[in-house]
Amino acid sequence: MATETRPFNATSFNAYLTEDKRLMGVRCRACGMLSPEPRPLCRSCHSRDLEWHEFSGRGELSTFTCISIGPVYMVEQGFGRNNPYCSGIVTLEEGPRISARILGVDGNNPQNIRTGMDLVLALEEIDPEHPSLMFRPA
Amino acid sequence: MATTSSRRQLGRSVSIVGAGMSGFGAFADKDSRDLFVEAFQDLLDHLDQGMDIEDIECAYVGNYSSDLFEHQGHTAPIIADWLGMTPIPVTRIENACASSGSALREGIMAIASGMYDIVLVGGMEKMTNLPTEGVTDVLATAADALYEVPTGLTFPGIFGAIAKAHMDRYETNLDHLLKVAIKNHVNGSKNPKAQFNVTIRNLMERRVTRAEQRGQPVPDYNSEMDFLNDPGANPWIAWPLRLYDCAPITDGAACVLLVASDIAHNFTDKPVTIAGTGQASGRPLHDADELTSLSAARTAAARAYEMAGVTADDIQVAEVHDCFTIAEIVASEDLGFFEPGEGARALDEGRTALDGDKPINTSGGLKAKGHPVGASGVAQVAEIFHQLRGEAGERQVDNPDLEVGLTHNVGGTGGTCVVNILRKG
Repeated sequence: MATETRPFNATSFNAYLTEDKRLMGVRCRACGMLSPEPRPLCRSCHSRDLEWHEFSGRGELSTFTCISIGPVYMVEQGFGRNNPYCSGIVTLEEGPRISARILGVDGNNPQNIRTGMDLVLALEEIDPEHPSLMFRPA
Repeated sequence: MATTSSRRQLGRSVSIVGAGMSGFGAFADKDSRDLFVEAFQDLLDHLDQGMDIEDIECAYVGNYSSDLFEHQGHTAPIIADWLGMTPIPVTRIENACASSGSALREGIMAIASGMYDIVLVGGMEKMTNLPTEGVTDVLATAADALYEVPTGLTFPGIFGAIAKAHMDRYETNLDHLLKVAIKNHVNGSKNPKAQFNVTIRNLMERRVTRAEQRGQPVPDYNSEMDFLNDPGANPWIAWPLRLYDCAPITDGAACVLLVASDIAHNFTDKPVTIAGTGQASGRPLHDADELTSLSAARTAAARAYEMAGVTADDIQVAEVHDCFTIAEIVASEDLGFFEPGEGARALDEGRTALDGDKPINTSGGLKAKGHPVGASGVAQVAEIFHQLRGEAGERQVDNPDLEVGLTHNVGGTGGTCVVNILRKG
């Protein structure tokens, strides 16, 4: 596949996410290390022999926060003191963790958001202009 | 390993002979260079036996982001000029909120290497030029711009996620977070240089008085906890963190004078020695070993303890990086003062209060003293310097045998941590 020749970097990560609708990271052929963040060197064994690896996009919510005071680009989307948004850490079913926006939960009622809940990648919500990982309850 | 020894020691002993701080607060009329000059003048004014500025051979300045806060890069030579120190080498060190902690290590190593005998180390940040959202954006540049920031995570957000993980895993609850704020404000109320030189109780009383004066409904607070649980007084920033869980936005500078220990007595009869220093790097929270601990802090502490030949039990006073209240609880565990998950109980028992057996953040911490990010690491060292010399005034730890103190300075969400152990004499 032609796509497998893409360089291991964020440009490729975002292109896979927004154009191909796939969560693509890397796997080290030498030691098996998995990283959803494409990188040219293995962080575990320092091998340069890596390959693209597709993650399923399923995982669980490990921890989260509901943010009332966000950065300018979130404020511009209408988030703020009366409309907090949820971001958190997702443990992918393959093992690695990743930071992500968590959609489909009530940022005003964090006590009702349950860590451990199953999540899936919300590919349809990703803005190609400003790609970022987003998950929603499975 | 292609190294000769895993146990690292300084090539020669390094001492701190003087410390200075600007006021910490919001100063519309002062730029970072003005704040640094103020800190340097404070150092000179309190240097026991004085000195000739011409004797300073080199300087390191910690600064996170004058570029974005003041539209000024290349700040080191400006400091050299404003202090009248050109042409000596001056280098700016940037490691987010651990910038001056890292600058201090560079100064220590410059002397330990034999290259210099007298080195000035400081840090500064001018933050209040920007509105809060702008500061939030600038601080967020210390997180990963590719894989963290686009998800909306902010600095308080990442520490909020750490707090949630800590509360899930251990007995820590929202009240514990607020207790850190109350304790550190009590200490800050005894520190004339602190941005918040007031207790939470003082702030609560002010709010009541203001409501009375304006004829508004008067809040019915029975305790600081009532005040801190009032969303009007203490709004959410990044659940489970509220306004009073966050260190403020601060302008300030701090500096210390480092010298080779064999000439320390030319400057003072009461030097403080660098007994151990450790620095480590870490990964973003999502790639951390634990969501409830900063691995860089554990590694940096292990290196510093090893170099100093002490253990966590030997530390008698500590300044730790409480950029958020949860960060102090996590730090007290990462440093080995308490077992993982026991930090909150230690707080309940008053062990980290000024009169406890493990006083933490006697200066008021970043929370109450203020957090001009690039200055905080050296300001922590200044506090321990004063404590070990018995000159911390109203907030002096009441222990006649005070000899060993520690500083813990974190950059970002644990991407950098610097731990120093200081010894009297």
